[in-house]
Amino acid sequence: MTNAIDIASLGKRYKGVAALAGVCASVPMGRVIGLLGHNGAGKSTLIKLILGLIKPTSGQVTVLGESPWGQNAVSLRRRIGYLPESVAFYGNLTGSEVIRYLAGLKRAPQQQAGRLLERVGLGHAKDRRISTYSKGMKQRLGLAQALLASPELVVLDEPTAGLDPQATRELYEIVGELRAEGHSVLVSSHVLAELEPHIDSALILRQGELLAAGSIGDLRRQSGLPGIVMVQLKGSSDPAEFVRKLDALGLVHEVRHDGQFNLQIAEGGKLALLQQLASDSAIDDIVVKEASLARLYDYLGAGAKRPGEQSPCAAS
Amino acid sequence: MRSILIISRKEFRDDLRNRWTIAVAVLFAVLALSISYFGGAAAGKIGFTSFDATLASLTTLAAFVVPLIGLLIAYDMVVGEQDNGTLLLVLSYPISRAELVAGKFLGHCGALTAATLAGFGLAVVIIQVMQPEARTADAWLHMGNFVLSVSVLGASFVALASVISVMTGDKARAAGLALVTWLVTVILFDLCLLAVLVVSGGSRWEQSVFPYLLYLNPIDVFRLINLSTLGSGSGNELFMGMTATHIYRPWELYLAMSLWVAVPFGLAQFLFRRKEV
Repeated sequence: MTNAIDIASLGKRYKGVAALAGVCASVPMGRVIGLLGHNGAGKSTLIKLILGLIKPTSGQVTVLGESPWGQNAVSLRRRIGYLPESVAFYGNLTGSEVIRYLAGLKRAPQQQAGRLLERVGLGHAKDRRISTYSKGMKQRLGLAQALLASPELVVLDEPTAGLDPQATRELYEIVGELRAEGHSVLVSSHVLAELEPHIDSALILRQGELLAAGSIGDLRRQSGLPGIVMVQLKGSSDPAEFVRKLDALGLVHEVRHDGQFNLQIAEGGKLALLQQLASDSAIDDIVVKEASLARLYDYLGAGAKRPGEQSPCAAS
Repeated sequence: MRSILIISRKEFRDDLRNRWTIAVAVLFAVLALSISYFGGAAAGKIGFTSFDATLASLTTLAAFVVPLIGLLIAYDMVVGEQDNGTLLLVLSYPISRAELVAGKFLGHCGALTAATLAGFGLAVVIIQVMQPEARTADAWLHMGNFVLSVSVLGASFVALASVISVMTGDKARAAGLALVTWLVTVILFDLCLLAVLVVSGGSRWEQSVFPYLLYLNPIDVFRLINLSTLGSGSGNELFMGMTATHIYRPWELYLAMSLWVAVPFGLAQFLFRRKEV
């Protein structure tokens, strides 16, 4: 089975400034992939290249087995759904007029347009003008149009920007349904924590270069970032005594301002450590935190580029 | 082909909904009626006068108004969507860029033609009813010629507007450029021609070149199409006098007019294909 997206040493320069350089990655079929990076890391540029809206200065992209700007580009776009960043529509039209117009352009059945409006929860507002829609409603409409003609690949650019938690949850529910139906989904975001539970693997971009790629587990192993056990002592117990115990066990720890201890879990030592802690009468409560995507992201140094780093393309 | 139809239908409906079409139709009807009714006021008579004289006045008027309307309804057809943020979405759909521009172009041309037909059509019907002596085959022929040429003139300025729309980066700049285009074609070009006439003083060189210079402006071609069929004696002695030495064939004029539609349209297509979004 071919990949949904194959990217080979892709580069894009705008007036001499490199927006993307030497990106290599692949997105397997039927998976939800997170595309992560700060503002200006090249997420939107990469998405535009995947959609064939712009041409690369170097390298290749293959989407669903076709080139996005080749001969079959037009028919390829029928198989892709796209929700642009902060999507906008024609304000003078109603929701149902817009989706019907877009359904016509995508040659999707008109009944599907109506069904999709219901699915994203816009059934009650379909006859109102878009200019009266809230940001969240526009985003829902954007999601509905991205699902027209049941595309094999759905690309969502910052789908949750400006959405309230309820709407965000509903959006990810739909993403989950898409995965269950066998669609491939590419979601870009810089809100890493909320993305983490919903994606199978991630591509992390930094300043136009691919910093890391793989499943969350892979990324965790790659980074060697330890999990953390947060320990709350009983009011009656002596913190200094506890610190001595930790030092004797050779555990790396820090004490937070509220007296809570953060212990790093050594590789493979999680269960042994937990058993030890559970039997300690001085402890009131234990919380285990795995390395989250957000911490991984910080750890991988997504903010600044270190000199002399190897690009993942050359490494693979 | 289907996509072009869908896009043009949307643009046509947008123009209807924004009241552009109805406003232009009413404007044309009111202008046509008032010119035909009050046109002879200077000569001391009020009421429907010669039909040909009315057409001649309408020609002069349309030469000012139609280019402006063509530019105004179409200047934002691409840059407006870019400003709005809808262009990226539409381009991600399974349509080519050529289809997008063609659909929008046809939609606006359709709206302008519908307004022309409705406005002038209504006026002609009223004139024909009020003025029995104008019910001649010639009058209908001249009117048909007028409406057709107005539509092509409109299409040519919609095409020029689409060039403006794809080459500019924001709506304000496009609006400015549209006004400059109107100013140059409607006023400055003819002023320059007059200057050429005055300076050359009617030399042989001028007499052989001047008639062809008029092809360089679609508005002048439009005037020629209408005024040369009406002939002299319709209040256009000045313009006709400038071109008296040259005989324009109607098909040549219509060919020139069509080129003024096709060339800007092709240019817009070419520029849009190379545009970075």
